[in-house]
Amino acid sequence: MDIKEYIESGILELYVAGTLSEKENQEIYALLLKHPELLDEVLKIESAIVTLTAAVSPTDTKHLFQAVKEKLGIQTDKDTPVRPLHKPGTNWFSYVGWAATLVIGLGLMWFVNQNNNLKDQIQTVETDKELLEVTLEKYSNDLTETKQLITFLRDKDIIAVPLAGQAVSPDSYAKAYWDKKTNTVVLDVQGLPEPPQGKVYQVWSLTLNPLTPTSLGTIDDFSTDDNKLFTIENANASEAFGITLEPAGGSESPTLEQLYTLGAVEQTS
Amino acid sequence: MQLEQLVSKFQDKDEKAFETLYNMYSESMLGVIYNIVRDHDIAQDVMQEVFIKAWHSADSYSSKKGRFFTWLINISRNAAIDKIRSKSFKNAGKNLNSDYFVDIIQDHDSLEDKTDAIGIKKFVGKLKKKCIEVIELLYFKGYTQKEASETLEMPIGTIKTRNRNCINELRLMLEV
Repeated sequence: MDIKEYIESGILELYVAGTLSEKENQEIYALLLKHPELLDEVLKIESAIVTLTAAVSPTDTKHLFQAVKEKLGIQTDKDTPVRPLHKPGTNWFSYVGWAATLVIGLGLMWFVNQNNNLKDQIQTVETDKELLEVTLEKYSNDLTETKQLITFLRDKDIIAVPLAGQAVSPDSYAKAYWDKKTNTVVLDVQGLPEPPQGKVYQVWSLTLNPLTPTSLGTIDDFSTDDNKLFTIENANASEAFGITLEPAGGSESPTLEQLYTLGAVEQTS
Repeated sequence: MQLEQLVSKFQDKDEKAFETLYNMYSESMLGVIYNIVRDHDIAQDVMQEVFIKAWHSADSYSSKKGRFFTWLINISRNAAIDKIRSKSFKNAGKNLNSDYFVDIIQDHDSLEDKTDAIGIKKFVGKLKKKCIEVIELLYFKGYTQKEASETLEMPIGTIKTRNRNCINELRLMLEV
């Protein structure tokens, strides 16, 4: 290759500027090792640029090296004393450093603590949310039941039978809503007192001539049911409904002395 | 190759070699950085950071990739540009784009330390405008040949030959 022509091309100036590609840089490096005159040219270009750029420097830089060494924690020219940047004895950089470390450490602990607190709070909120969901579910079910009940009560074929209080408990009352199509009776027993321990209310379907009672079942969960509404099956041709207080488990036939309420079915047809 | 040995020792964390290289190049780096940030204190900080960075990442330099000076000047330009783009950097009061590096050299009246500045001042005053522009972009700003050709609106090949001629002129003045 023509060395002179290569130099004249201006590529070495660009090499020093650092604008060539990595591949070109490697090629030039290989050439520099082979041709000393190329290396000599590069050194001269570099020298010119070093001088030019240094001329732009607003200050001398020798005194700035001490701080660089300190930051790197290295020690050169131990025998030549270097002008210290900080007065000896006032090693407040170190104190500030330790103080900062302490502050950061405490800060981190505080953050960890805050983080844990927040996690606890999230857990609490999650639990609350689950409880609310359960409650909501319950209300939603209650609402559905109520709607079903209203739909049932509004049906035009429902026969409403008021049951009046009898001798043993004149203030008692109850209501029966009888749907003959579905053979269902909804019994509203809110007007009955709590049954005493060991006793249950038993519901009877009655035909009057002759008087024949048929048990429709006992109300076992009277106390625990909030709205005191009970749905029972009734496929009988009832002419009246009665509620008696019976020993737990119910009786074969009604104990008439303990007849709490009684009401006749109004014959509409 | 003496310089290459020095760099190699520096890469082996030889502190003396580091100091020698610092003495060779720190003023150049400060010049390049100052030309970008235009603030004495910030430029000094950035220059010190550059040498700290060079020490830490000495292994990443390879002579196959280019000149050590070129590697260092690259770090300096990037650090300076990062600085002026940083949030903490206030542009107010700093003359960032109107002057070329030569104007800084021309303004170096009051600088007592810089013994060589007076001579150079005389030389760079003779540099042609087109040379000042191309040197500014390629060496001080780190533009690629393509970027410089776009900025100065001239063909890429012209950038290369013009730069060669301008550096020759400079070398003639500096007698290198």
